[in-house]
Amino acid sequence: MTPLARNPKFARIAAPLMVGVLVIVVWHALVTLLKVPQYLVPGPVSVARTLVTDWGLLSSSLLVTLKITFLAFACAVVLGTTIAFLFVQSRWIEVSFFPYAVLMQVTPVVAIAPLIIIWVKNPTIALTICATLVALFPIISNTTLGLRSVNPGLLSLFRMNRATRMQTLLRLRIPSALPYFFGGLRISSGLALIGAVVAEFVAGTGGTGAGLAYQILQAGFQLNIPRLFAALLLITVTGVLLFALMVWLSRLFLGTWHDSEMVQEG
Amino acid sequence: MNATALPEQLAAEAPPGIPVVQALAAEKVYPNGTRALDPVDLSIRAGEFVTLLGPSGCGKSTLLKMVAGLLQPSYGRLRWWGGGFDEVRGEGRRLDFVFQDATLMPWARVDRNVRLPLDLAGVAPGAAQPRVDSALDLVGLKGFGRHYPRELSGGMQMRVSIARALVNEPDLLLMDEPFGALDEITRNRLDADLIRLWWARKLTVIFVTHSIYEAVFLSTRVVVMAARPGRVFREVVIDEPHPRTDAFRVTQSFARYCRELTELLMEASAAGDTSA
Repeated sequence: MTPLARNPKFARIAAPLMVGVLVIVVWHALVTLLKVPQYLVPGPVSVARTLVTDWGLLSSSLLVTLKITFLAFACAVVLGTTIAFLFVQSRWIEVSFFPYAVLMQVTPVVAIAPLIIIWVKNPTIALTICATLVALFPIISNTTLGLRSVNPGLLSLFRMNRATRMQTLLRLRIPSALPYFFGGLRISSGLALIGAVVAEFVAGTGGTGAGLAYQILQAGFQLNIPRLFAALLLITVTGVLLFALMVWLSRLFLGTWHDSEMVQEG
Repeated sequence: MNATALPEQLAAEAPPGIPVVQALAAEKVYPNGTRALDPVDLSIRAGEFVTLLGPSGCGKSTLLKMVAGLLQPSYGRLRWWGGGFDEVRGEGRRLDFVFQDATLMPWARVDRNVRLPLDLAGVAPGAAQPRVDSALDLVGLKGFGRHYPRELSGGMQMRVSIARALVNEPDLLLMDEPFGALDEITRNRLDADLIRLWWARKLTVIFVTHSIYEAVFLSTRVVVMAARPGRVFREVVIDEPHPRTDAFRVTQSFARYCRELTELLMEASAAGDTSA
């Protein structure tokens, strides 16, 4: 037991897990002891039971939300890196367009979502656009910064060896940008999920294409609080898994050489 | 590679020929009016080991970067092998630069780092690998090709950086305080290895340092520079036989050269103060 407890890898997983278990136990105890009614705070058991009984409904909604999240995230990555590459091509392009990238970032998505939903007929596309707008900026700003954060000595070395623009990009700028890019991915993946949920709240699309946000809204109207909690739980778990996926990806690509991935082992 | 070289006494006695680098009243003034370097006349012949010695702000790095083609002189000009920079590069003349820090690509293994100049020149990996191996062998890093830079000590990283500069057999090797960030013991060892390499490979080296000991130990000629404004103050020929070993450091003449350079540097800074 003792050697296991001293293992830092074990501690990193076990410690938060124990906190989680503790919270659930205290939650369960409080709800049962104080006899809190279901329609205010459901206990963990009732949330779990709803998760099982309503799984058909919830899982199809989860798939819808996941679909929009991943579509938006993919669009944000493709668009964001493309824009970042354009930005580093010339100072003029960056100076001219960067303020508009900021503008896009600071405009709340709830404020422009109604417009987009009016303009775009297809709800999936409309929601994807909204979520993309939310997730885009961290990719642009991080990748631009990364492509510019090149060791000046190495840049001189490339110049002295008469490297072409393409060689410098492929062999120097892109590898230098990777740590920043993955930092952007971590932030952006979470934002894509938030964007997908928020946009659906605004759109309020129901029927077969209903996502988790719609289930939360409906459950709220019907005072079906256990289902509301279950949907909320699914969103949270999705967010955590997305983040973990990004951490894993970043370790896969940077693990052998980048400092940020090294210190975590200590 | 150890001093098997048959000492045909070089540099000083060598036929003059075309200088490797010639600075003709080259000076550097930055757009904001800062005078980095007063006009410099300097001529470096093949096989020389010339050190630019001076305090910070004396323009020694500026001069080296102009020689490397990384900076343009504001007035005056430089000639390489009697020609212009692009012209002689087009003829296949090679210049390589070793920076103050190792400037390795952290994402690439040691052999990929050393191979970089060959990769950029379009040499096929198969043809490049033996040259990479022999360059690593030269700097004493045989068998370290598969390591990542972060797994090596600072001194070893500097050796990789030198191997990268040697892999293409440079006609002129420029070194900008390459061992400045290392501890003195490591620096002395690298100095000894460098001078042996220079001797064995008949390199032409321009070396920037602010260490008097390093300058005396390595150079055939020391260019003493002064600051504010940066300028060449005096030149001292270190007329000592090669190949030099660490035994040279404890000789009378080593001490004498060190004293001479110390005095020159003091004189130079005094002259700078009155003119300022």
